[in-house]
Amino acid sequence: MKSEPAGNGAGPVVTAHEISRRYGEGDTAVDALAGLSLDIEPGKLTAVMGPSGSGKSTLMHILAALDSPTSGYVTIAGTRLGQLSDKDVTKIRRQHIGFIFQFFNLLPMLTAEENIVLPLSLAGEKPDNAFLGDLIKRVGLADRLTHRPSELSGGQQQRVAIARALVSRPTVVFADEPTGNLDSKTGGEILELLQESVENYGQSMVMVTHEARAAAAAARILFLADGRIVKDLGGAGEEEILNTIHEVTLA
Amino acid sequence: MIRVALKGLAGRKFRAALTALAIVLGVAMVSGTFVLTDTIDKAFDSIFVESYANTDAAISGKAPDISFEGDTAETPAVSATLLERVRELDGVEAATGTVIDETATKILKPNGKAINTNGAPSFGFGLDPAQSQFNPLKLVDGTWPSAADEVVIDAGTADEQKYGVGDTVRIGTLKPVRPFRVTGIAQYGSVSSLGSATFAVFTIPTAQELLEREGQFDAISVAAADGVTPEQLVSTIEPILPSTAQVRTGLEQAEDDASEISEFTSFIRYFLLAFGGVALFVGAFVIFNTMSITVAQRTRELATLRTIGASRGQIRRAVLLEALVIGVVASVIGFALGIGLAYGLDWLFGVLNLDLPTTDMIIATRTVVVAFLIGIVITVLAAFVPSMRATRIPPILAVREGAELPKGRFSRFSPYVAGALIVISLLLLARSMFTDELDIGDRLLTMALGVLLLFIGVAMISPKLVRPLAAVVGVPGEKLAGVSGFLARRNTLRNPGRTASTAAALMIGLALVTFVSVLANGMKESNRGAIEDQISADFVVTSQDGYTPFVAGAGEAASGVAGVELATSVRSELGKVAGTDKYVTGIEPDKIRSVYNFDWAEGSDDTLATLGSDGAILDKGFAEDEKLAVGDRFELLSGSGRAANLTVKGLYKPPPFYPLLGSVSISKERFDTLYDRPRNQFTFINVPGDPDAAREKPLAAALASFPDAKVLTRESWIQKQDKEFNQFLIMLYVLLALSVIISIFGMINTLALAVFERTRELGMLRAVGMTRWQARVMIGSESVITALIGAALGLPLGMFLAAMVTRALEQYEVRYAVPLAPLLIFALIAVLVGLVAAIMPARRAARLNVLQALQYE
Ligand SMILES: Nc1ncnc2c1ncn2[C@@H]1O[C@H](COP(=O)(O)OP(=O)(O)OP(=O)(O)O)[C@@H](O)[C@H]1O
Ligand SMILES: [Mg+2]
Repeated sequence: MKSEPAGNGAGPVVTAHEISRRYGEGDTAVDALAGLSLDIEPGKLTAVMGPSGSGKSTLMHILAALDSPTSGYVTIAGTRLGQLSDKDVTKIRRQHIGFIFQFFNLLPMLTAEENIVLPLSLAGEKPDNAFLGDLIKRVGLADRLTHRPSELSGGQQQRVAIARALVSRPTVVFADEPTGNLDSKTGGEILELLQESVENYGQSMVMVTHEARAAAAAARILFLADGRIVKDLGGAGEEEILNTIHEVTLA
Repeated sequence: MIRVALKGLAGRKFRAALTALAIVLGVAMVSGTFVLTDTIDKAFDSIFVESYANTDAAISGKAPDISFEGDTAETPAVSATLLERVRELDGVEAATGTVIDETATKILKPNGKAINTNGAPSFGFGLDPAQSQFNPLKLVDGTWPSAADEVVIDAGTADEQKYGVGDTVRIGTLKPVRPFRVTGIAQYGSVSSLGSATFAVFTIPTAQELLEREGQFDAISVAAADGVTPEQLVSTIEPILPSTAQVRTGLEQAEDDASEISEFTSFIRYFLLAFGGVALFVGAFVIFNTMSITVAQRTRELATLRTIGASRGQIRRAVLLEALVIGVVASVIGFALGIGLAYGLDWLFGVLNLDLPTTDMIIATRTVVVAFLIGIVITVLAAFVPSMRATRIPPILAVREGAELPKGRFSRFSPYVAGALIVISLLLLARSMFTDELDIGDRLLTMALGVLLLFIGVAMISPKLVRPLAAVVGVPGEKLAGVSGFLARRNTLRNPGRTASTAAALMIGLALVTFVSVLANGMKESNRGAIEDQISADFVVTSQDGYTPFVAGAGEAASGVAGVELATSVRSELGKVAGTDKYVTGIEPDKIRSVYNFDWAEGSDDTLATLGSDGAILDKGFAEDEKLAVGDRFELLSGSGRAANLTVKGLYKPPPFYPLLGSVSISKERFDTLYDRPRNQFTFINVPGDPDAAREKPLAAALASFPDAKVLTRESWIQKQDKEFNQFLIMLYVLLALSVIISIFGMINTLALAVFERTRELGMLRAVGMTRWQARVMIGSESVITALIGAALGLPLGMFLAAMVTRALEQYEVRYAVPLAPLLIFALIAVLVGLVAAIMPARRAARLNVLQALQYE
């Protein structure tokens, strides 16, 4: 059992080198990412913003080893992805990556608790009970553990999904619009929860968001447009963020 | 709307094909059965029609009309002098006499063993080649025999044993084996294969000598002169016939011969159709299930159609149209496959040594019509409930995320309906088995209906059983496959109705094989028990097939072997006993007690000594039926037409499952005066010491010139019967395997649909760390759990049905003995079925592109 998230040392947990991602061919080809390089610092929350279609989701997928770049490469915790077999990629996902989806993607036939520990079960590991208890308390699901997803509200389902992403204490957690499918109040609570987990567990996290309020809590904010990073702020207030978005969108 | 339905179908070609396959096999089985049995019928028909083509009148001995359990008394022969007198009659153009024996002539294989015809005739003919117009046989090679050591054999045997013109073959008859020179090869008219039957044609005098018909013919064929009708000819002949002979027109004779056979082919037809019916029934389950799932998965799409103005009727018709198309396609393929299957079935019978005569394949219009009708009707019927369900989809579901098909209005009643069905089915089963009101046809139909309803009832109630059953059968999976097994079990519980009806399709096949296996095991045990209870002899001589009586000379030959302590033959033929057709046995009163243990009801072993020439001992059950008691007198009419007045001396109780003696036993001496050419059923032999190989060898050597007889120890005799019974069992298993295969298609379908439905979920699982292998194992386990649920339902159901039938057969003292090994094998087969069904869907699940799966709507 890892006591600390891996890669919590000096270097970046995730790096991207000149990655591009092209969809389709010929005239209809779209470059979702166009030669983007990036280091993600450990123990921090990084926000990714940008207009629709700017490549945010594509970036998340490639960083999280769900997709591979057309050119360039990604390293996670020092391991270069790319030529790895499916088995090795799966291993990396288990050890180093957590993912929070916009649609919660829970298994309907499992209880909340079973959903949470699923990544450990798949890896054949036993949960660290102290950590798990603490995690469940923090996500506020202590009295909902035996419920099935269909018996939980949207916010509660996303809490389960967050706990599931955190339970294996991965090197980095990716979240693609984790509040996109929730009302703003619930969304706010979820954001707080994510922030807390970065603070409490020193969890490195990369989150795509459209909300300035959410991004304001991040230690670093990346702005994407046309598959490139056009702005890289080391933390900013809501107002500055809103202005930057405006700027980026017009450009 | 029609276009929508057809487009939808085209978009799901693969699934539609799998669905169609479920019914294809049933249609193939039914049409194959018709093609095969029509072909056999046609072959027999041509045999008979050609046999009597130029015969206006046929004279034969008048058999007392005796038949029992499908066996008919042999027709007595007529005197050869009759032929000359017939030829002199006015209106007779020509006449010929023929010797025909159906059982005694055994052609030996090159290795010296007799060809086993397995109950089919092994004809020995004596014909006059000069009278070729009466001869139904056609030479394909060589010439007709003209000397005592010449023979013509049938083309099938010549082919199989590689005998050609000029070769020497050894043939056993009522006389010991002799060598003959093959002068020709012949076939029955246009019928190239007689199946397992064989024939050998001798000159008339040779046939009369070999088959012990000196101065006799079995049949005289007569052709009328110009202008004389067959009827006129018959009335001309009638006056000169002795009372032991009869004359009929050729046509009458042909029809009479054919009717016996068509009973036999229609038995085969119904027997095979029953399996076709099972296959169709299972296929209907699969279609019902697949259509239900596709309707459920298309809820959104169908609801959208409703929002843009499709009426309920249109929705229903769209679903039914889909079924109709599937049904038509399935019927076309099934029919084509059926013709192939007819060859397959023919081959299967051949493998089991039950070859049947065939000509060119006969494809009757009726076969085509039936194949299409059942294929289409069953598919559309099976789709009816799903189509009704589709109409209940409200338009609002078009806009709701994760829309689910609303529960049916009547679904809450389904447990009650299921309960009622099970009760009705049990009543039907009880009525068919435990009452005497029905004749055999109605009895079987009632039983079939009962079993059918029982299956439906159990299938309807099974969704309630899925959870507990999955909890049990899922345990090994979880132990072996860890989290994949755990997820698999949960998956089977997501939609218990779906799991249940998928499992139910397999349940049917497994229940039937279990039923057959348990019942058969009970019968084998009963058989062994019956033999062990009755017989204490060291060796027994029987015919090759074990049930046809054999040449009496064989028994005498074995008796004369040095070192034999005691040998006694049991004669057996049909007779009319106090008006009832039964087997009569002739026993040696002073010896039988050493080899046969009588369970006396009245009398003792000493009674045997009082048998004399007019004494008889009776099976107690038979005596009670006929109200005969010790001291009563009754009349016995032999198959050869002679009568005897007998006195009941004693009653004994043989095991009803397999009484080895006839209902009436008389002394062998008396028996031999009542029957021409009396034959042995058994010759029992005791030797000093153990019945070992050293003792068996000289006995076998003594029987070498009687190829139809063989010697066995009591134990190997029992084992041989078990083995033959097992062959029959294997045929049943093969035929039932069809329905198991169909249920595999159902399982593939359900799984493939599930994988498709859970695409996004599978993507998520892979994203949080599931390996491809784990995904495969998960789908595989789900499949195995479903299959095991089928086994958990089917095996007990089969055992229950077997128990019920055993109970119904109480009067035969059939034992109920559950064989563990086969049941374990069936459970293993279920696991295998699960694994096979999972191959493709599991591969698909493992190969999913994680990202695309995640973004799948
Ligand atoms: N599977 C795909 N096939 C073709 N083009 C794609 C695919 N996925 C994304 N794209 C294109 O790549 C570009 C980037 O898409 P991406 O989903 O990364 O945008 P995004 O920044 O996440 O947008 P949003 O804020 O709307 O979620 C878009 O132009 C999109 O049309
Ligand atoms: Mg996006």
